[in-house]
Amino acid sequence: MAVVEAVGLTKRFGTITAVENVSFHVREGEVLALLGPNGAGKTTTVRCLAAILRPTSGYALVAGHDTRTAPRRVRHLVGLLTEFPGLYGRMKPLEYLDFFGAMQGLDAHTRRARAETLLKQFNLWHARRQRLGQFSKGMRQKMALVRALLHAPKVLFLDEPTAALDPEGAYQVRQAIADLRRRGHTILLCTHNLVEAETLADRLLIIHRGRILARGTIEELKAHVLGDPVFRVQLAQPLEGLPDLLGDVVSPLEWGPDWISYRTRTPTQTNPAVISRLQAAGGHIVTLVEEPRRLEDVYLRLMGAVP
Amino acid sequence: MSERTLELPALTDVTPVQPGINWNILWTLVRREVRDSLRDWRIVIPIGLLTLLFPLVMNVMADVVFDFLERYDATIIGERFIPFGLLAVGFFPMSFSLVIALESFVGERERNSLEALLATPAGDVELYLGKLLASLLLPLVASYVGIAIYGISVVWGRLWNLPATLFLQILALTTVEGLVMVTAAVIVSSHTTSVRAANLLASFIIVPMAFLVQIESLIIFWGREEALWWIMAGLLVLDVALVRAGIRTFNREAILAREIDFLNIERAVRLFWYFLKAPPEAAPRVRQQSGEAVPRFQLARVYRHDVPRLLAANRWGVATACVTTAMGFLLGWGLIRWWNLPIDFFNLNTFDARAFRATLMQGIPGSATTLLPPFAIGAIFVHNLRVLVGGAFLSLFSFGVVALLLLLAPMTIVGFLAGALAAQGQNWLQFLAAFILPHGSLEIPAVLLSTAFAVRLGAIMLAPPQDFSAGEALLLATADYVKVLLFVVIPLLLIAALVEVYVTPLVVVWLYT
Repeated sequence: MAVVEAVGLTKRFGTITAVENVSFHVREGEVLALLGPNGAGKTTTVRCLAAILRPTSGYALVAGHDTRTAPRRVRHLVGLLTEFPGLYGRMKPLEYLDFFGAMQGLDAHTRRARAETLLKQFNLWHARRQRLGQFSKGMRQKMALVRALLHAPKVLFLDEPTAALDPEGAYQVRQAIADLRRRGHTILLCTHNLVEAETLADRLLIIHRGRILARGTIEELKAHVLGDPVFRVQLAQPLEGLPDLLGDVVSPLEWGPDWISYRTRTPTQTNPAVISRLQAAGGHIVTLVEEPRRLEDVYLRLMGAVP
Repeated sequence: MSERTLELPALTDVTPVQPGINWNILWTLVRREVRDSLRDWRIVIPIGLLTLLFPLVMNVMADVVFDFLERYDATIIGERFIPFGLLAVGFFPMSFSLVIALESFVGERERNSLEALLATPAGDVELYLGKLLASLLLPLVASYVGIAIYGISVVWGRLWNLPATLFLQILALTTVEGLVMVTAAVIVSSHTTSVRAANLLASFIIVPMAFLVQIESLIIFWGREEALWWIMAGLLVLDVALVRAGIRTFNREAILAREIDFLNIERAVRLFWYFLKAPPEAAPRVRQQSGEAVPRFQLARVYRHDVPRLLAANRWGVATACVTTAMGFLLGWGLIRWWNLPIDFFNLNTFDARAFRATLMQGIPGSATTLLPPFAIGAIFVHNLRVLVGGAFLSLFSFGVVALLLLLAPMTIVGFLAGALAAQGQNWLQFLAAFILPHGSLEIPAVLLSTAFAVRLGAIMLAPPQDFSAGEALLLATADYVKVLLFVVIPLLLIAALVEVYVTPLVVVWLYT
C-alpha cells in the first residue's frame, strides 16, 4: 500500500520550475531514496509532500490525505528532518522536544515519555542538561531526527540527513536511519550521497532539473543504465585465440593474452559453459568475477557526466 | 545506537488535528518565544534597565523641572511635563517589541529553525499571531511596569495628582502603539530574507511612530488629552488592518523559497506592461507566463470588457468613493451650524453677470497664491490630474486614506456652500445646477473612479489576491489604476475642463440673469 503518492507534482517559483510533473509512490515500510545533484528539486519535492509548499499543479497524498486540502493533517502524519537541524540553541533537549510534541498535539505525559525513550535510543540522554547550542553537529542532527520521530509519524522525510556532517557524525546518523529501516519505518530519503542511497534505500528515484530521470531498485537501475552484468575471467597463463575460443558461447567485450571479459544476461548458464570451454582448451582459470558496477556509474551516466 | 527498542504509541493516541485556530498551538508558540526572549541577555538587560531605572530618572527630572518652574510661577508647564514622562517611560521599553518582532520569522530563517516549525500542524494564523503576541508581551509588560513605577513615584513624591483617566489613556495608547509596531514588524519579518534587511526596513515603522509620539507629546503639553482618544481609535483601526494584512500576506512558501532580496526592475516593468495589456481575468495567468502568452492589447476591448470588469471587481472601492462623496457633501452642509457665512459673502440674488465674466477673464481672486488653478482648460485639467495622481500615490502609504480625503475635501466645500445658500434662503439646487452640474457631471465620475482605484491601490497591500506576492499585487493594482486613468479618467477630465471653461459660465449666466 502506498503511504506517499505524488501525481504530476509541479512546483514553480515565478518563472523558475523547481519540480516538473513528478509522479512516484512510497510503499509502507519502504525506504525510497530521492537522488540528485544540488538544485535538482529534491528539497522542493519533500516540502510539497510535507505540505509546507503548495504544488503549482498535480497533487500529493500522504496516507490518503491530500497535501493541498488537508495540510495540517499531513504535517501531523509526517516527520521531517530538515537539511540543517536548526535547533533552538537556548533550549535543553527535553524542553525542545516538549515544545514540538505540544505543537503536534501530544499530551504532557506522552511528550515526556517519548522524549525520554528517543533520547536514550539515540544516545542523547546523557546530554539532556546541556543547551542545544552546545551540541556537536552529529548530536544536533540526531536531535533533529528525534524531533521528527517524536509524534510517531506515519512517514519520515529525511532531507540530506548527513550533508553537513563529518564522517563520524554521518556514520552515526546513517546507523540511526538503518535502525529505523529495520524497524519498518516508511522513509523518503533525499540525498546526493550515493553510498548512503545504496546502503539504505530499497528503491531509488533519480531526479535532475526537477524531472525524474530513472527509477527502480539498484539492480534494476544498473541493468537498465549499464546493461547486463560484465564478467572477467583471469587465466594462469596466456591462451592463444582466446576470443575465438569463446565466440560461440559469449560475445567478448575486451581481452588480453590471459584474460577476457564478456557481458551476459544469464550467468548461471553462460559462466559454466565458459569455464568448460576454457578448461577443455587447457586454460587454468584463476578467477571468474563479476565486474563491480557502482551506483556512481549509473548516476554519472544518467547525469550525462560520462558517456 | 543502543539496543533498546522503540516503543512509541500508535498514531491514534495523538490528539486529532482541529480545524480553525488551535489555541493550544498558539499558546505553545507564544510561551516558547517569550521564554526564549527572557533567556536572551541582549533583550532582558536593556529592557530591565529601561523599565526599572528610566522611570526613576524621569521622576528625578520631573522633580528638578518642577522646582525650577515653581520659582517662576510656571507650575502649569511642569504639570504638562509629568504626563509626557508617562508617555516616554511607556514608549521606550515598548520599542523593544520592534526588535523582537523584526527578528521573529527572518531570524528563525537565518538560524535554519523555521522549516521545522513550518512542518508542524500550526496554521498560518497561529504562526503569525503567535509570533505577534510573543513579540508584544514582554515589552508590553515592561512598559506597564515602567508606567506604574513612574506614576507611583510621581504621586508618592506629591509632585502631581495623576488623573486615573490619563493614566489609563497612556496605558491604552502604549498598547495600541506597540501593537502597530509589532504587527508591522512581523509583516516585515515575514517578507524579508535577512535580519539586516528587516532592520533596514524598520525605519518605515519607527520614524512614523516617533513622529506620532511627538504629536502626542504636543497634545499633552497643549492639555487636549481628549484628542488622544482619536489617535487611539485611528491606531486601533490601523492595528486591525495590519493584523489582517499580516495574516493575508503571510506566505510560508515565500518565506522559505525567497533566497535573496533584489529589485528585478526588468521583470517588474515587463509584468506591469503585461497587466496593462491583458484583460483583468488574465492576470493570474499572465503572472506565471512569458510575454507570448499575454493577450494582445485592443482599445475596443478595454472599453467593452476591461473597464466594466475592473469596476465590478472593485465595487467596494467605488462604493467607498460614492459614500465619501455623499458624506463630504453632508459634512459641509452640517458645518453651517458652526461656521455660517455672512449674508453678503455669497449672495447669488445679487448676481452680476458682467462682474462674473470679468472675474473669469482676469482670473479668480487669489488663484495665483492659492492652490486654485487659473481659469483655463489646460490649467484646470493639469490641476485635477495632479491632485488625483498625487492622491493615488499617497494612498499607497496611507491605505487609501489620502485619496478619500482629497475627495472628501472638495465635496465638503460644495456641501458647505450649498448649505450656506440654503441657510440664507437661497436656491441651493439652482447653485448646484449652475456651478457644479455642467462640468461636474463628467468631473465627479472621473474623480470617483480615480479615487476608487486609488483606494484599491492602498488596500492591495492589506489584501493581495491569492497567490500574488505583495510586489506583484501592487503592480497589478497600479496597472489597473493606470488603465482606468488613461482610458476613462483623463478623457473625462479633459472634456470636463473644456465644459468648465466654455459651458459652465454660460449656464451660470443663463440661470442667474
